[in-house]
Amino acid sequence: MSETRPKPQGQRPQDWPHYVDPEPWSPDDDALPASRLDPGASAARLMLTRFLRHRLAVLAALFLGFSYLSLPFVNFLVPHGANERDVEHLYAPPQAIHLFHEGRFLGPFVYPTTGRADLREYRWRYESDTTRPLPLRFLCPGEPYRFLGLVEARLRLVCPPPGGSLHLLGTDRLGRDVLSRLAIGAQLSLTVGLLGIAVSFTIGVTLGGLAGYLGGWVDAGVQRLSEILKSLPELPLWLALSAAVPAHWSPVTVFLCISVILGLLDWPSLARAVRSRFLALREEDFIMAAELMGASPARIIRRHLLPNFASHLLASATLSIPAMILGETALSFLGLGLRPPATSWGVMLNDAQNLMAVETYPWISAPMIPVILVVLSFNFLGDGLRDALDPYHDQ
Amino acid sequence: MLRVETLSIRFRRSASPRPAVSGVSFSVGAGQSVALVGESGSGKTLTCRSILGILPRGAEVCGGSVRFGCKKAGEVDLLTLSRSGLRAIRGSQISMIFQEPMSALSPLHTIGAQTAEVLRLHGNASRSQARAECLAMFERVGFPDPERAYRSYPFQLSGGLRQRAMIAMAMVGRPRLLIADEPTTALDVTLQAQVLALIKTLQAETGMAVLMVTHDLGVVANMADAVVVLRAGRVMESGACADVLGRPLHGYTRKLMAAAPMIPDYPEVAPEAAVSPTDAATATAPVDAILEFHGVAKTFERGASRVRALAGIDLRVRRGETLAIVGESGSGKTTLARLAMLADRPDPGARILFRPAAGAEAVDLSAQPPDALLDYRRRAQMVFQDPYASLSPRMTVGSIIGEPLTIHGVCDADERHRRVRALMARVGLDPAWATRYPHAFSGGQRQRIGIARALALDPMLLICDEPTSALDVSVQAQVLDLLESIKERLGLSLMFISHDLAVVARLADRVVVMRAGQVVEQAPPAVLFSAPVHPYTQALIAASPEPDVNRPIDIRKVALGAGAPDLWPAAFRPTPDGPPPLVEVAPGHFVRRAA
Repeated sequence: MSETRPKPQGQRPQDWPHYVDPEPWSPDDDALPASRLDPGASAARLMLTRFLRHRLAVLAALFLGFSYLSLPFVNFLVPHGANERDVEHLYAPPQAIHLFHEGRFLGPFVYPTTGRADLREYRWRYESDTTRPLPLRFLCPGEPYRFLGLVEARLRLVCPPPGGSLHLLGTDRLGRDVLSRLAIGAQLSLTVGLLGIAVSFTIGVTLGGLAGYLGGWVDAGVQRLSEILKSLPELPLWLALSAAVPAHWSPVTVFLCISVILGLLDWPSLARAVRSRFLALREEDFIMAAELMGASPARIIRRHLLPNFASHLLASATLSIPAMILGETALSFLGLGLRPPATSWGVMLNDAQNLMAVETYPWISAPMIPVILVVLSFNFLGDGLRDALDPYHDQ
Repeated sequence: MLRVETLSIRFRRSASPRPAVSGVSFSVGAGQSVALVGESGSGKTLTCRSILGILPRGAEVCGGSVRFGCKKAGEVDLLTLSRSGLRAIRGSQISMIFQEPMSALSPLHTIGAQTAEVLRLHGNASRSQARAECLAMFERVGFPDPERAYRSYPFQLSGGLRQRAMIAMAMVGRPRLLIADEPTTALDVTLQAQVLALIKTLQAETGMAVLMVTHDLGVVANMADAVVVLRAGRVMESGACADVLGRPLHGYTRKLMAAAPMIPDYPEVAPEAAVSPTDAATATAPVDAILEFHGVAKTFERGASRVRALAGIDLRVRRGETLAIVGESGSGKTTLARLAMLADRPDPGARILFRPAAGAEAVDLSAQPPDALLDYRRRAQMVFQDPYASLSPRMTVGSIIGEPLTIHGVCDADERHRRVRALMARVGLDPAWATRYPHAFSGGQRQRIGIARALALDPMLLICDEPTSALDVSVQAQVLDLLESIKERLGLSLMFISHDLAVVARLADRVVVMRAGQVVEQAPPAVLFSAPVHPYTQALIAASPEPDVNRPIDIRKVALGAGAPDLWPAAFRPTPDGPPPLVEVAPGHFVRRAA
């Protein structure tokens, strides 16, 4: 089709032949489809499709989903209770699970370890007896716990063999199993973020929405208030507020207080996001169209504003959960958040304050790993959500 | 000089196997101007961007060549040229003018610095030389005070001057080829005429070639020697401008020509004879106006400054007529539409009267509290300019169209469903699409959805704010046809706001021309287009480009009427006491001039 067909023409000795596309053409064939997107798909569907293209975010979502779903069953999954002490194994190093003993398949088993105090270096040394394989027990009775905080139960997925021990990530100063405590600590550490975000979400959406919708002095007031809160140094403020929590309160009450404190201090950024989104949306023609149809403010907010920014809220909320988790960890690390016997990652890291101990027994700083993983996952997830928000612009 | 041969471009992640541009060939000789014409999605912008190697992300050339005859290196293929080789050509041999001058100029640098940069980058001028050359170029592109322009930032210039700055920047390196991507689409018609004339003059002076991308056949007829008509990435027809536009052979070109809005030729008639009997009758009988504006003004306050958007508007929309309001940006026409919908309130002292039925008591809308306007909101509906922004992306088309019914609680869900389907059929959409979301529709279809929504409550008055300006020409024609037929069938009154006289010509019963917040002339189209009196109206009409090579734009007329009011003949100039009054020069024909 590229060759130009010279057309005989007399009146214009020009270098411009009159070329006509030889292919048949009818005025009815519509040139282009309006969009490559699925015509029947709702915005939510398109967002999902787009989100699924973001591999890292999907991976993060799966990881977080698995973590949160397993929280209620944590006690069943781990071999030990959070405060169950194994006095024979203080500061025991991580133990390996073996499958083959002297070339023979035995199924999962451990070798028994015995500890002795090394008084010259002043530390515990552990030696395993590699002649005596001790097979692990499965679905066995262990230390009792309360399933979902209600039912007394003893059943555990895996238990240490009689006469042996099972500490896959080692034990701490008091001989408590680090892996079990990590998993049980996740219950508090992961939920503090959700509770905190619930508090900050409520405050942020309400104040931000009011500021965006009403404008004027309400807007100015909310803006100044959030600026003041943002300008306060975060850590001392947390410290002051947590120090005000009475020491004799139960761990659960303290936990709730900490979540609320974190939430109370985190709302300004969310309120800003809501406000700016509100302002941007109010300028949209379709909002104006609804107003001119005679729609009431309540209807405009419910039918037009909320659906259009719910997804944005979700993304900003997701992005602020890590801050909460880090906040709890930091507070507990400093000894001002949750206190023993409550178990959270921060409480566990509190033990890792002693540099000597960390140097000799590095496994006690293991809670850093889930903190990093969870925070990264939330960030990836939030990024993925944010990218998926606008499904109509395809780069 | 430039030969594009069987160029093909495709998008890497595109689902469809068809390339965005396929096998496009054309050439531009020295001193020639060639136009690429097409509607959106035709690949015209991709084609011209590939020449300078600035394709958007995800697009790649998958065949063909772009040969450019360099001064030094001889003929090179721009597609395979190295980055540094391309840099040496950009700006000095080939330069480009973009559509949106505001976003194409850096807001942080003065116009002068940005323009001088071109010369400095190519290392062929010292600082003072570059400055002198820039000033000379500014003078040539028509800056009244080149020194001041040199020191100005883009935001300090008006749209027209910004585009001139853009042209100066493109021209200062003395390119041999100028690529202009829709250079005037963002401008008003009168400015467009002047910018086009400027490009043409510069071309004649320097002998450069111009490759122009446009959607407007009128611009083509005025500018180009040759034209390439593109559709969906393929060349439909190409050849000398007079051939293609004068005797289009391809069906698509014919369709485009037919759809191009044109000011019809009205026979020069005596003003008296042009007034139809009904007009004469209404002149004596009391007019049945559905909407009346009396002394409407609107002032916006931004901090300390006050902007008077409208001043002293007296207008009547008669029952069953189409009143067209025409003006360029800043004329106050959109403000007027918002006031008519009571989205804004006029300044105190104004009255906006609404008469629900002939002979009924008129209601003063401007005095009503917002709750009392609900009844008016049922009867007056608006069609918006941007079909993309005016539909909520989170609602199905069915619920968008049915929303007015829901809000006013007109009927139950089943009845609503039925009515939505009927409305969709009426505006030419398949009722089965009611469950789809707006993204599945093209611009023209979306505007149909907007119209269906406006019709849902059986309104009496439809206010259309530039309903076709965001659409392609062929689609624009369809939407206008739709509006016309709906108006006839339902007996609506229409207030139609537009910047385009040609669009208005086919629809309007009466045309009001606005400038700077005032009505300057008002008449039925037959009178207005055959015997315009006000110099501004004359300029507007003269500036409308027509797809006919034999009727070029009369640039002198445009410059006179669209310029400052003190260029106008004495009778039209504002006096120290204010603007002259609106005088009825003939029955139904009002002009703002000294009596």
